[in-house]
Amino acid sequence: MKDYIIRTQNLGFTYDDGDENSSSEIPALSGVDINIERGEYVAILGHNGSGKSTLAKLLNLILTPTVGKIYIDGKDITSDDFTEDDVFEMRSKIGMVFQNPDNQLVATIVEEDVAFGPENLGLPREEIRRRVDSSLELVGMSDYARHAPHKLSGGQKQRVAIAGIIAMKPRVIIFDESTAMLDPQGRHEVVDIMERLNKDEGITVINITHYMEEAARADRVIVINDGKIALDGTPREVFANVDKLRSMGLEAPQGNELILELKHAGLNIKGESLTESECIETLFKFLS
Amino acid sequence: MISDITLGQFFPGKSPIHRLDPRTKIILATIFIVAVFLASNPATFLLLAITTVVLIGISRISMKVILKSIKPLVFILLFTAILNILMTKGDSAPLLSFWVIEIYTEGVARAVMMALRVIILIVGTSILLTYTTSPISLTDGLESLLSPLKLIRIPVHTFAMMMSIALRFIPTLVEETEKIMNAQKSRGADFTSGSLVKRAKALIPLLVPLFVSSFKRAEELATAMECRCYRGDKNRTKLVKLQYKGIDFVFTFIFALIFGGVICLNIIPYKFDSFGLIYDIIFYKV
Repeated sequence: MKDYIIRTQNLGFTYDDGDENSSSEIPALSGVDINIERGEYVAILGHNGSGKSTLAKLLNLILTPTVGKIYIDGKDITSDDFTEDDVFEMRSKIGMVFQNPDNQLVATIVEEDVAFGPENLGLPREEIRRRVDSSLELVGMSDYARHAPHKLSGGQKQRVAIAGIIAMKPRVIIFDESTAMLDPQGRHEVVDIMERLNKDEGITVINITHYMEEAARADRVIVINDGKIALDGTPREVFANVDKLRSMGLEAPQGNELILELKHAGLNIKGESLTESECIETLFKFLS
Repeated sequence: MISDITLGQFFPGKSPIHRLDPRTKIILATIFIVAVFLASNPATFLLLAITTVVLIGISRISMKVILKSIKPLVFILLFTAILNILMTKGDSAPLLSFWVIEIYTEGVARAVMMALRVIILIVGTSILLTYTTSPISLTDGLESLLSPLKLIRIPVHTFAMMMSIALRFIPTLVEETEKIMNAQKSRGADFTSGSLVKRAKALIPLLVPLFVSSFKRAEELATAMECRCYRGDKNRTKLVKLQYKGIDFVFTFIFALIFGGVICLNIIPYKFDSFGLIYDIIFYKV
Protein backbone atom coordinates (compact mmCIF):
# COMPACT_ATOMS: atom_id res chain seq x y z
CA MET A 1 0.00 0.00 0.00
CA LYS A 2 1.50 3.29 -1.08
CA ASP A 3 1.45 6.38 1.08
CA TYR A 4 -0.89 8.73 -0.75
CA ILE A 5 -1.21 12.27 0.52
CA ILE A 6 -3.86 13.18 -2.03
CA ARG A 7 -6.32 10.75 -3.51
CA THR A 8 -9.39 11.54 -5.57
CA GLN A 9 -12.11 9.17 -6.70
CA ASN A 10 -14.33 9.92 -9.67
CA LEU A 11 -14.02 13.62 -8.91
CA GLY A 12 -16.33 15.92 -10.85
CA PHE A 13 -17.30 19.56 -10.74
CA THR A 14 -19.81 21.64 -12.65
CA TYR A 15 -19.92 25.41 -12.34
CA ASP A 16 -23.37 26.65 -11.43
CA ASP A 17 -24.07 29.42 -13.90
CA GLY A 18 -27.52 30.05 -12.47
CA ASP A 19 -29.19 28.54 -15.52
CA GLU A 20 -32.18 26.33 -14.74
CA ASN A 21 -31.88 23.73 -17.51
CA SER A 22 -28.67 22.23 -16.22
CA SER A 23 -28.58 19.63 -18.99
CA SER A 24 -26.72 22.13 -21.17
CA GLU A 25 -23.93 22.59 -18.65
CA ILE A 26 -20.56 21.09 -19.40
CA PRO A 27 -18.70 19.85 -16.35
CA ALA A 28 -15.37 21.57 -15.71
CA LEU A 29 -14.04 18.29 -14.38
CA SER A 30 -15.35 14.75 -14.56
CA GLY A 31 -14.22 11.30 -13.49
CA VAL A 32 -10.86 12.44 -12.21
CA ASP A 33 -8.86 9.82 -10.30
CA ILE A 34 -5.53 11.11 -9.10
CA ASN A 35 -3.22 9.56 -6.55
CA ILE A 36 -0.34 11.67 -5.38
CA GLU A 37 2.28 10.18 -3.14
CA ARG A 38 3.91 11.94 -0.23
CA GLY A 39 6.99 13.80 -1.42
CA GLU A 40 6.17 13.70 -5.13
CA TYR A 41 6.84 16.57 -7.50
CA VAL A 42 3.95 16.67 -9.92
CA ALA A 43 3.18 19.06 -12.75
CA ILE A 44 -0.37 19.42 -13.96
CA LEU A 45 -0.58 20.61 -17.55
CA GLY A 46 -3.47 21.83 -19.59
CA HIS A 47 -4.45 24.71 -21.83
CA ASN A 48 -6.78 27.49 -20.69
CA GLY A 49 -10.16 26.21 -19.59
CA SER A 50 -9.01 22.60 -19.33
CA GLY A 51 -10.10 22.42 -15.70
CA LYS A 52 -6.66 22.39 -14.08
CA SER A 53 -7.31 25.38 -11.85
CA THR A 54 -10.68 23.96 -10.85
CA LEU A 55 -8.85 20.86 -9.68
CA ALA A 56 -6.56 22.97 -7.48
CA LYS A 57 -9.50 24.78 -5.93
CA LEU A 58 -11.25 21.48 -5.19
CA LEU A 59 -8.21 20.04 -3.41
CA ASN A 60 -8.33 22.94 -0.96
CA LEU A 61 -12.12 22.96 -0.59
CA ILE A 62 -12.42 26.47 -2.00
CA LEU A 63 -14.88 24.73 -4.29
CA THR A 64 -16.95 21.75 -3.14
CA PRO A 65 -16.99 18.87 -5.63
CA THR A 66 -20.29 18.11 -7.35
CA VAL A 67 -19.51 14.39 -7.38
CA GLY A 68 -16.73 12.16 -6.14
CA LYS A 69 -14.43 11.96 -3.15
CA ILE A 70 -11.20 13.61 -2.11
CA TYR A 71 -8.95 12.12 0.55
CA ILE A 72 -6.21 14.27 2.04
CA ASP A 73 -3.79 12.40 4.27
CA GLY A 74 -6.33 9.59 4.44
CA LYS A 75 -9.19 11.83 5.58
CA ASP A 76 -12.30 12.22 3.46
CA ILE A 77 -12.64 15.99 3.13
CA THR A 78 -15.84 15.71 1.12
CA SER A 79 -17.83 13.89 3.80
CA ASP A 80 -20.68 15.66 5.52
CA ASP A 81 -19.21 15.49 9.01
CA PHE A 82 -16.11 17.39 7.95
CA THR A 83 -16.43 20.42 10.22
CA GLU A 84 -15.12 23.94 9.88
CA ASP A 85 -12.27 23.14 12.27
CA ASP A 86 -11.35 20.19 10.07
CA VAL A 87 -11.22 22.51 7.05
CA PHE A 88 -8.94 24.82 9.05
CA GLU A 89 -6.64 21.94 9.88
CA MET A 90 -6.68 20.61 6.32
CA ARG A 91 -5.79 24.02 4.90
CA SER A 92 -2.82 24.26 7.22
CA LYS A 93 -1.55 21.08 5.54
CA ILE A 94 -2.13 22.19 1.96
CA GLY A 95 -0.65 25.54 1.04
CA MET A 96 -1.55 27.30 -2.14
CA VAL A 97 0.32 29.91 -4.15
CA PHE A 98 -1.75 31.80 -6.71
CA GLN A 99 -1.12 33.53 -9.99
CA ASN A 100 -1.13 37.19 -9.09
CA PRO A 101 1.36 37.93 -6.31
CA ASP A 102 -0.24 41.32 -5.61
CA ASN A 103 -3.53 39.74 -4.66
CA GLN A 104 -2.03 37.37 -2.09
CA LEU A 105 -0.04 39.76 0.02
CA VAL A 106 -1.96 41.07 2.99
CA ALA A 107 0.45 43.20 5.00
CA THR A 108 2.42 46.34 4.23
CA ILE A 109 5.72 44.87 5.44
CA VAL A 110 7.25 41.71 4.03
CA GLU A 111 7.92 39.93 7.32
CA GLU A 112 4.45 40.74 8.64
CA ASP A 113 2.96 39.23 5.53
CA VAL A 114 4.96 36.04 5.98
CA ALA A 115 3.76 35.96 9.59
CA PHE A 116 0.10 36.16 8.53
CA GLY A 117 -0.37 32.38 8.15
CA PRO A 118 1.40 31.35 11.38
CA GLU A 119 -0.51 34.09 13.21
CA ASN A 120 -3.76 32.56 12.01
CA LEU A 121 -2.60 29.18 13.29
CA GLY A 122 -2.28 30.74 16.73
CA LEU A 123 1.39 29.89 17.21
CA PRO A 124 3.43 31.46 20.02
CA ARG A 125 5.38 34.60 19.10
CA GLU A 126 8.88 33.07 19.26
CA GLU A 127 7.81 30.23 16.97
CA ILE A 128 6.32 32.71 14.45
CA ARG A 129 9.56 34.71 14.52
CA ARG A 130 11.62 31.55 13.88
CA ARG A 131 9.40 30.44 11.02
CA VAL A 132 9.32 33.88 9.40
CA ASP A 133 13.11 34.13 9.46
CA SER A 134 13.74 30.61 8.15
CA SER A 135 11.06 30.92 5.43
CA LEU A 136 12.45 34.20 4.16
CA GLU A 137 15.90 32.68 4.17
CA LEU A 138 14.68 29.69 2.18
CA VAL A 139 13.33 31.89 -0.62
CA GLY A 140 16.33 34.23 -0.44
CA MET A 141 14.38 37.29 0.68
CA SER A 142 15.88 37.82 4.15
CA ASP A 143 17.37 41.15 3.10
CA TYR A 144 13.92 42.46 2.27
CA ALA A 145 12.23 41.53 5.55
CA ARG A 146 11.43 45.14 6.47
CA HIS A 147 10.54 46.30 2.94
CA ALA A 148 7.15 47.23 1.58
CA PRO A 149 5.89 44.54 -0.82
CA HIS A 150 4.67 46.97 -3.48
CA LYS A 151 8.23 48.09 -4.13
CA LEU A 152 9.43 44.56 -5.01
CA SER A 153 9.55 42.99 -8.47
CA GLY A 154 6.97 40.39 -9.53
CA GLY A 155 9.32 37.49 -8.89
CA GLN A 156 10.30 38.84 -5.48
CA LYS A 157 6.65 39.33 -4.50
CA GLN A 158 5.89 35.77 -5.52
CA ARG A 159 8.83 34.55 -3.42
CA VAL A 160 7.41 36.44 -0.44
CA ALA A 161 4.03 34.81 -1.09
CA ILE A 162 5.75 31.41 -1.15
CA ALA A 163 7.56 32.21 2.12
CA GLY A 164 4.16 33.02 3.62
CA ILE A 165 3.01 29.51 2.72
CA ILE A 166 6.22 27.76 3.81
CA ALA A 167 5.93 29.44 7.21
CA MET A 168 2.76 27.42 7.83
CA LYS A 169 4.78 24.22 7.34
CA PRO A 170 2.36 22.52 4.95
CA ARG A 171 2.83 18.97 3.66
CA VAL A 172 1.74 19.94 0.17
CA ILE A 173 2.12 23.18 -1.75
CA ILE A 174 -0.01 23.73 -4.82
CA PHE A 175 1.29 26.34 -7.25
CA ASP A 176 -1.71 27.49 -9.27
CA GLU A 177 -0.11 29.07 -12.34
CA SER A 178 2.21 30.90 -10.00
CA THR A 179 4.68 31.72 -12.76
CA ALA A 180 2.19 32.90 -15.38
CA MET A 181 2.50 36.60 -14.58
CA LEU A 182 6.26 36.66 -14.06
CA ASP A 183 9.11 37.57 -16.37
CA PRO A 184 11.55 34.77 -17.36
CA GLN A 185 13.91 35.71 -14.52
CA GLY A 186 11.14 35.60 -11.90
CA ARG A 187 9.79 32.36 -13.34
CA HIS A 188 13.20 30.78 -13.07
CA GLU A 189 13.55 31.81 -9.42
CA VAL A 190 10.14 30.41 -8.50
CA VAL A 191 10.70 27.07 -10.24
CA ASP A 192 14.06 26.74 -8.49
CA ILE A 193 12.34 27.25 -5.15
CA MET A 194 9.74 24.60 -6.02
CA GLU A 195 12.51 22.11 -6.68
CA ARG A 196 14.34 23.00 -3.49
CA LEU A 197 11.19 22.65 -1.42
CA ASN A 198 10.60 19.22 -2.87
CA LYS A 199 14.15 17.85 -2.70
CA ASP A 200 15.42 19.49 0.52
CA GLU A 201 12.30 19.98 2.60
CA GLY A 202 10.41 16.91 1.42
CA ILE A 203 7.28 18.91 0.65
CA THR A 204 4.92 17.48 -1.95
CA VAL A 205 4.83 20.00 -4.79
CA ILE A 206 2.05 20.30 -7.34
CA ASN A 207 2.78 22.79 -10.08
CA ILE A 208 -0.19 23.70 -12.23
CA THR A 209 1.14 25.35 -15.34
CA HIS A 210 0.96 25.70 -19.07
CA TYR A 211 4.70 26.00 -19.58
CA MET A 212 6.13 22.76 -20.94
CA GLU A 213 9.67 23.57 -19.80
CA GLU A 214 8.46 23.81 -16.20
CA ALA A 215 6.48 20.60 -16.41
CA ALA A 216 9.52 18.79 -17.84
CA ARG A 217 11.39 19.47 -14.59
CA ALA A 218 8.85 17.61 -12.45
CA ASP A 219 9.00 13.92 -11.56
CA ARG A 220 5.57 13.30 -12.97
CA VAL A 221 3.31 15.06 -15.44
CA ILE A 222 -0.46 14.86 -15.52
CA VAL A 223 -2.16 16.35 -18.58
CA ILE A 224 -5.75 17.49 -18.21
CA ASN A 225 -7.91 18.12 -21.23
CA ASP A 226 -11.63 18.99 -21.27
CA GLY A 227 -11.95 18.17 -17.59
CA LYS A 228 -10.47 14.69 -17.87
CA ILE A 229 -7.06 13.20 -17.32
CA ALA A 230 -5.53 12.71 -20.76
CA LEU A 231 -1.98 11.64 -19.95
CA ASP A 232 -0.19 10.67 -16.75
CA GLY A 233 3.42 9.60 -16.41
CA THR A 234 7.01 10.72 -16.26
CA PRO A 235 7.87 13.75 -18.40
CA ARG A 236 9.62 11.44 -20.89
CA GLU A 237 6.56 9.25 -21.29
CA VAL A 238 4.17 12.17 -21.57
CA PHE A 239 6.17 14.31 -23.94
CA ALA A 240 6.74 11.38 -26.28
CA ASN A 241 3.10 11.80 -27.32
CA VAL A 242 3.78 14.90 -29.36
CA ASP A 243 0.83 14.43 -31.70
CA LYS A 244 -1.63 13.82 -28.89
CA LEU A 245 -0.37 16.89 -27.03
CA ARG A 246 -0.76 18.95 -30.17
CA SER A 247 -4.35 17.86 -30.63
CA MET A 248 -5.03 19.17 -27.10
CA GLY A 249 -3.59 22.56 -27.92
CA LEU A 250 -0.32 21.87 -26.09
CA GLU A 251 3.18 21.63 -27.41
CA ALA A 252 6.01 19.40 -26.30
CA PRO A 253 9.19 21.15 -25.16
CA GLN A 254 10.99 22.72 -28.10
CA GLY A 255 13.88 20.22 -28.03
CA ASN A 256 11.48 17.30 -28.28
CA GLU A 257 9.67 19.00 -31.10
CA LEU A 258 12.87 19.69 -33.01
CA ILE A 259 14.14 16.13 -32.78
CA LEU A 260 10.75 14.80 -33.79
CA GLU A 261 10.62 17.06 -36.85
CA LEU A 262 14.09 15.91 -37.81
CA LYS A 263 12.99 12.29 -37.46
CA HIS A 264 9.96 13.02 -39.61
CA ALA A 265 12.33 14.46 -42.18
CA GLY A 266 14.00 11.09 -42.37
CA LEU A 267 17.06 11.55 -40.17
CA ASN A 268 18.10 8.69 -37.95
CA ILE A 269 18.51 10.48 -34.61
CA LYS A 270 18.52 8.61 -31.33
CA GLY A 271 18.67 9.90 -27.78
CA GLU A 272 16.84 11.98 -25.21
CA SER A 273 15.73 15.53 -25.90
CA LEU A 274 13.59 16.57 -22.98
CA THR A 275 15.71 19.44 -21.78
CA GLU A 276 17.71 21.91 -23.79
CA SER A 277 21.05 20.38 -22.80
CA GLU A 278 19.88 16.86 -23.66
CA CYS A 279 18.73 18.09 -27.04
CA ILE A 280 22.06 19.76 -27.73
CA GLU A 281 23.91 16.62 -26.70
CA THR A 282 21.76 14.44 -28.94
CA LEU A 283 22.29 16.72 -31.91
CA PHE A 284 25.99 16.89 -31.18
CA LYS A 285 26.27 13.10 -31.10
CA PHE A 286 24.32 12.81 -34.32
CA LEU A 287 26.52 15.30 -36.12
CA SER A 288 29.85 13.87 -35.02
CA MET B 1 4.06 60.69 -11.22
CA ILE B 2 1.10 59.84 -9.03
CA SER B 3 2.95 56.92 -7.51
CA ASP B 4 5.13 59.40 -5.67
CA ILE B 5 2.36 60.45 -3.30
CA THR B 6 3.25 59.89 0.31
CA LEU B 7 0.61 58.21 2.37
CA GLY B 8 -0.48 59.80 5.59
CA GLN B 9 2.80 61.74 5.39
CA PHE B 10 4.71 59.40 7.60
CA PHE B 11 8.41 60.26 8.01
CA PRO B 12 10.33 57.23 9.26
CA GLY B 13 12.82 57.96 12.02
CA LYS B 14 14.23 56.81 15.30
CA SER B 15 13.39 59.74 17.58
CA PRO B 16 11.84 59.11 21.03
CA ILE B 17 8.46 60.10 19.60
CA HIS B 18 8.83 57.56 16.80
CA ARG B 19 9.59 54.90 19.38
CA LEU B 20 6.49 55.58 21.47
CA ASP B 21 3.81 52.91 21.45
CA PRO B 22 1.03 53.93 19.00
CA ARG B 23 -1.51 53.56 21.79
CA THR B 24 0.39 56.04 23.93
CA LYS B 25 0.52 58.46 21.03
CA ILE B 26 -3.21 58.22 20.39
CA ILE B 27 -3.93 58.85 24.07
CA LEU B 28 -1.45 61.72 24.26
CA ALA B 29 -2.89 63.30 21.13
CA THR B 30 -6.35 63.12 22.68
CA ILE B 31 -5.12 64.77 25.89
CA PHE B 32 -3.38 67.41 23.82
CA ILE B 33 -6.52 68.19 21.79
CA VAL B 34 -8.61 68.54 24.95
CA ALA B 35 -5.95 70.80 26.49
CA VAL B 36 -5.87 73.01 23.39
CA PHE B 37 -9.62 73.49 23.53
CA LEU B 38 -9.58 74.18 27.26
CA ALA B 39 -6.90 76.83 26.91
CA SER B 40 -8.41 80.24 27.36
CA ASN B 41 -5.70 82.61 28.53
CA PRO B 42 -2.27 83.69 27.26
CA ALA B 43 -0.36 81.70 29.87
CA THR B 44 -1.97 78.41 28.80
CA PHE B 45 -1.34 79.17 25.17
CA LEU B 46 2.27 79.90 25.96
CA LEU B 47 2.57 76.55 27.73
CA LEU B 48 1.01 74.68 24.83
CA ALA B 49 3.11 76.55 22.27
CA ILE B 50 6.26 75.63 24.17
CA THR B 51 5.10 72.01 24.36
CA THR B 52 4.58 71.99 20.59
CA VAL B 53 7.98 73.48 19.88
CA VAL B 54 9.65 70.97 22.20
CA LEU B 55 7.76 68.13 20.47
CA ILE B 56 8.97 69.36 17.08
CA GLY B 57 12.52 69.43 18.44
CA ILE B 58 12.35 65.89 19.86
CA SER B 59 10.75 64.43 16.73
CA ARG B 60 13.47 65.90 14.46
CA ILE B 61 10.87 66.63 11.80
CA SER B 62 12.18 69.54 9.73
CA MET B 63 10.55 72.96 10.07
CA LYS B 64 10.04 72.96 6.30
CA VAL B 65 7.64 70.04 6.57
CA ILE B 66 5.76 71.71 9.40
CA LEU B 67 5.42 75.02 7.59
CA LYS B 68 4.20 73.11 4.56
CA SER B 69 1.49 71.49 6.66
CA ILE B 70 0.26 74.90 7.82
CA LYS B 71 0.35 76.42 4.35
CA PRO B 72 -3.05 75.17 3.16
CA LEU B 73 -4.57 76.69 6.32
CA VAL B 74 -3.22 80.19 5.79
CA PHE B 75 -6.22 81.39 3.82
CA ILE B 76 -8.77 80.11 6.33
CA LEU B 77 -6.72 81.44 9.23
CA LEU B 78 -6.48 84.90 7.66
CA PHE B 79 -10.16 84.90 6.76
CA THR B 80 -11.35 84.01 10.26
CA ALA B 81 -8.82 86.36 11.81
CA ILE B 82 -10.07 89.31 9.74
CA LEU B 83 -13.68 88.44 10.53
CA ASN B 84 -12.84 88.23 14.23
CA ILE B 85 -11.04 91.55 14.19
CA LEU B 86 -13.82 93.35 12.37
CA MET B 87 -16.83 91.82 14.13
CA THR B 88 -15.75 91.83 17.78
CA LYS B 89 -16.92 94.79 19.83
CA GLY B 90 -15.01 95.61 23.02
CA ASP B 91 -15.83 97.60 26.16
CA SER B 92 -12.94 100.04 25.99
CA ALA B 93 -12.30 102.61 23.33
CA PRO B 94 -11.51 101.23 19.87
CA LEU B 95 -7.86 100.78 19.00
CA LEU B 96 -8.40 102.08 15.52
CA SER B 97 -11.39 103.67 13.94
CA PHE B 98 -12.02 104.96 10.46
CA TRP B 99 -15.20 105.16 8.36
CA VAL B 100 -17.46 102.29 9.60
CA ILE B 101 -14.59 100.10 10.74
CA GLU B 102 -13.74 99.97 14.43
CA ILE B 103 -11.02 97.67 15.69
CA TYR B 104 -10.93 96.74 19.38
CA THR B 105 -8.13 95.06 21.32
CA GLU B 106 -10.55 92.23 22.14
CA GLY B 107 -10.98 91.51 18.45
CA VAL B 108 -7.26 91.36 17.82
CA ALA B 109 -6.73 89.12 20.83
CA ARG B 110 -9.48 86.78 19.78
CA ALA B 111 -8.13 86.56 16.25
CA VAL B 112 -4.63 85.76 17.46
CA MET B 113 -5.88 83.11 19.89
CA MET B 114 -8.02 81.50 17.18
CA ALA B 115 -5.06 81.27 14.85
CA LEU B 116 -2.76 79.97 17.59
CA ARG B 117 -5.28 77.39 18.65
CA VAL B 118 -5.64 75.99 15.12
CA ILE B 119 -1.90 76.00 14.43
CA ILE B 120 -1.01 74.34 17.74
CA LEU B 121 -3.75 71.77 17.22
CA ILE B 122 -2.65 70.81 13.70
CA VAL B 123 1.09 70.84 14.34
CA GLY B 124 0.87 69.06 17.70
CA THR B 125 -1.33 66.20 16.52
CA SER B 126 0.64 65.79 13.27
CA ILE B 127 3.89 65.48 15.21
CA LEU B 128 2.37 63.00 17.65
CA LEU B 129 0.46 60.92 15.13
CA THR B 130 0.73 61.20 11.37
CA TYR B 131 4.36 62.29 10.97
CA THR B 132 5.87 59.83 13.39
CA THR B 133 3.54 56.81 13.25
CA SER B 134 3.24 54.49 10.26
CA PRO B 135 -0.39 54.00 9.19
CA ILE B 136 -0.14 50.32 9.99
CA SER B 137 0.99 50.78 13.58
CA LEU B 138 -1.68 53.44 13.97
CA THR B 139 -4.19 50.78 12.93
CA ASP B 140 -2.70 48.30 15.39
CA GLY B 141 -2.87 50.90 18.14
CA LEU B 142 -6.51 51.67 17.41
CA GLU B 143 -7.40 47.99 17.34
CA SER B 144 -5.77 47.44 20.70
CA LEU B 145 -7.29 50.54 22.29
CA LEU B 146 -10.76 49.74 21.00
CA SER B 147 -10.62 46.04 21.85
CA PRO B 148 -12.87 46.47 24.94
CA LEU B 149 -15.64 47.21 22.42
CA LYS B 150 -15.48 43.54 21.43
CA LEU B 151 -17.45 42.85 24.60
CA ILE B 152 -20.44 44.59 23.10
CA ARG B 153 -19.90 42.70 19.85
CA ILE B 154 -18.37 45.42 17.77
CA PRO B 155 -16.05 43.68 15.26
CA VAL B 156 -12.97 45.75 16.07
CA HIS B 157 -10.56 43.24 14.54
CA THR B 158 -12.47 43.19 11.25
CA PHE B 159 -12.40 46.97 10.99
CA ALA B 160 -8.70 47.07 11.73
CA MET B 161 -8.07 44.37 9.11
CA MET B 162 -10.13 46.33 6.59
CA MET B 163 -8.12 49.43 7.27
CA SER B 164 -4.77 47.71 6.95
CA ILE B 165 -5.78 45.98 3.70
CA ALA B 166 -6.96 49.32 2.33
CA LEU B 167 -3.57 50.81 3.20
CA ARG B 168 -1.80 47.85 1.65
CA PHE B 169 -3.70 48.22 -1.64
CA ILE B 170 -3.49 51.95 -2.16
CA PRO B 171 -0.12 51.83 -3.96
CA THR B 172 -1.27 48.84 -6.00
CA LEU B 173 -4.43 50.65 -7.10
CA VAL B 174 -2.53 53.86 -7.85
CA GLU B 175 -0.23 51.87 -10.08
CA GLU B 176 -3.19 50.29 -11.79
CA THR B 177 -4.92 53.65 -12.29
CA GLU B 178 -1.80 54.91 -13.99
CA LYS B 179 -1.72 51.87 -16.26
CA ILE B 180 -5.37 52.22 -17.28
CA MET B 181 -4.95 55.96 -17.77
CA ASN B 182 -2.01 55.40 -20.08
CA ALA B 183 -3.93 52.73 -21.97
CA GLN B 184 -6.86 55.12 -22.48
CA LYS B 185 -4.58 58.01 -23.37
CA SER B 186 -2.83 55.93 -26.00
CA ARG B 187 -6.22 55.46 -27.61
CA GLY B 188 -6.92 59.16 -27.64
CA ALA B 189 -8.66 59.72 -24.30
CA ASP B 190 -8.26 63.24 -22.95
CA PHE B 191 -8.34 63.70 -19.18
CA THR B 192 -6.99 67.21 -18.94
CA SER B 193 -8.89 69.54 -21.23
CA GLY B 194 -12.48 70.56 -21.75
CA SER B 195 -15.19 71.66 -19.34
CA LEU B 196 -15.57 70.17 -15.88
CA VAL B 197 -18.47 68.00 -17.07
CA LYS B 198 -16.42 66.78 -20.00
CA ARG B 199 -13.50 65.90 -17.80
CA ALA B 200 -15.73 64.12 -15.31
CA LYS B 201 -17.18 62.09 -18.19
CA ALA B 202 -13.68 61.22 -19.36
CA LEU B 203 -13.10 59.55 -16.00
CA ILE B 204 -15.84 56.96 -16.54
CA PRO B 205 -13.73 54.74 -18.83
CA LEU B 206 -11.07 54.94 -16.13
CA LEU B 207 -13.28 54.15 -13.16
CA VAL B 208 -15.18 51.22 -14.66
CA PRO B 209 -12.15 49.00 -15.28
CA LEU B 210 -10.69 50.09 -11.95
CA PHE B 211 -13.82 48.99 -10.12
CA VAL B 212 -14.04 45.71 -11.99
CA SER B 213 -10.45 44.84 -11.20
CA SER B 214 -10.84 45.87 -7.57
CA PHE B 215 -13.69 43.40 -7.16
CA LYS B 216 -11.60 40.72 -8.79
CA ARG B 217 -8.67 41.53 -6.52
CA ALA B 218 -10.94 41.44 -3.47
CA GLU B 219 -12.18 37.98 -4.38
CA GLU B 220 -8.70 36.63 -5.03
CA LEU B 221 -7.35 38.12 -1.83
CA ALA B 222 -10.21 36.63 0.17
CA THR B 223 -9.47 33.20 -1.30
CA ALA B 224 -5.76 33.56 -0.60
CA MET B 225 -6.47 34.63 2.98
CA GLU B 226 -8.78 31.68 3.51
CA CYS B 227 -6.09 29.37 2.17
CA ARG B 228 -3.76 30.81 4.76
CA CYS B 229 -6.22 29.75 7.45
CA TYR B 230 -7.60 33.19 8.18
CA ARG B 231 -10.78 33.09 10.26
CA GLY B 232 -10.96 36.45 11.93
CA ASP B 233 -9.29 36.94 15.28
CA LYS B 234 -10.36 33.54 16.54
CA ASN B 235 -7.36 32.09 18.36
CA ARG B 236 -5.01 34.43 16.48
CA THR B 237 -1.58 35.43 17.73
CA LYS B 238 0.63 38.26 16.55
CA LEU B 239 4.25 38.48 15.47
CA VAL B 240 4.67 41.98 16.80
CA LYS B 241 2.94 42.65 20.07
CA LEU B 242 2.46 46.21 21.24
CA GLN B 243 4.26 46.74 24.50
CA TYR B 244 4.46 49.79 26.75
CA LYS B 245 8.04 50.72 27.56
CA GLY B 246 9.60 53.11 30.03
CA ILE B 247 9.54 55.95 27.52
CA ASP B 248 5.75 55.62 27.21
CA PHE B 249 5.33 56.17 30.95
CA VAL B 250 7.71 59.12 30.90
CA PHE B 251 5.77 60.84 28.11
CA THR B 252 2.41 60.07 29.69
CA PHE B 253 3.63 61.56 32.99
CA ILE B 254 4.91 64.72 31.28
CA PHE B 255 1.64 65.13 29.38
CA ALA B 256 -0.33 64.69 32.60
CA LEU B 257 1.72 67.50 34.13
CA ILE B 258 1.12 69.73 31.11
CA PHE B 259 -2.60 68.98 31.23
CA GLY B 260 -2.65 69.81 34.93
CA GLY B 261 -0.72 72.98 34.17
CA VAL B 262 -3.25 74.01 31.52
CA ILE B 263 -6.13 73.57 33.97
CA CYS B 264 -4.34 75.48 36.76
CA LEU B 265 -3.30 78.33 34.49
CA ASN B 266 -6.85 78.59 33.20
CA ILE B 267 -8.14 79.13 36.71
CA ILE B 268 -5.66 81.94 37.52
CA PRO B 269 -7.41 85.14 36.58
CA TYR B 270 -5.50 87.02 33.99
CA LYS B 271 -4.52 90.59 34.81
CA PHE B 272 -4.94 92.89 31.88
CA ASP B 273 -1.87 95.07 32.32
CA SER B 274 0.63 92.73 33.89
CA PHE B 275 2.89 92.30 30.85
CA GLY B 276 2.57 95.57 29.06
CA LEU B 277 0.60 96.73 26.10
CA ILE B 278 2.02 94.61 23.25
CA TYR B 279 1.52 91.45 25.23
CA ASP B 280 -2.01 92.54 25.94
CA ILE B 281 -2.75 93.02 22.29
CA ILE B 282 -1.46 89.58 21.44
CA PHE B 283 -2.84 87.63 24.41
CA TYR B 284 -5.85 89.53 25.64
CA LYS B 285 -8.28 87.26 27.36
CA VAL B 286 -11.43 86.83 25.31
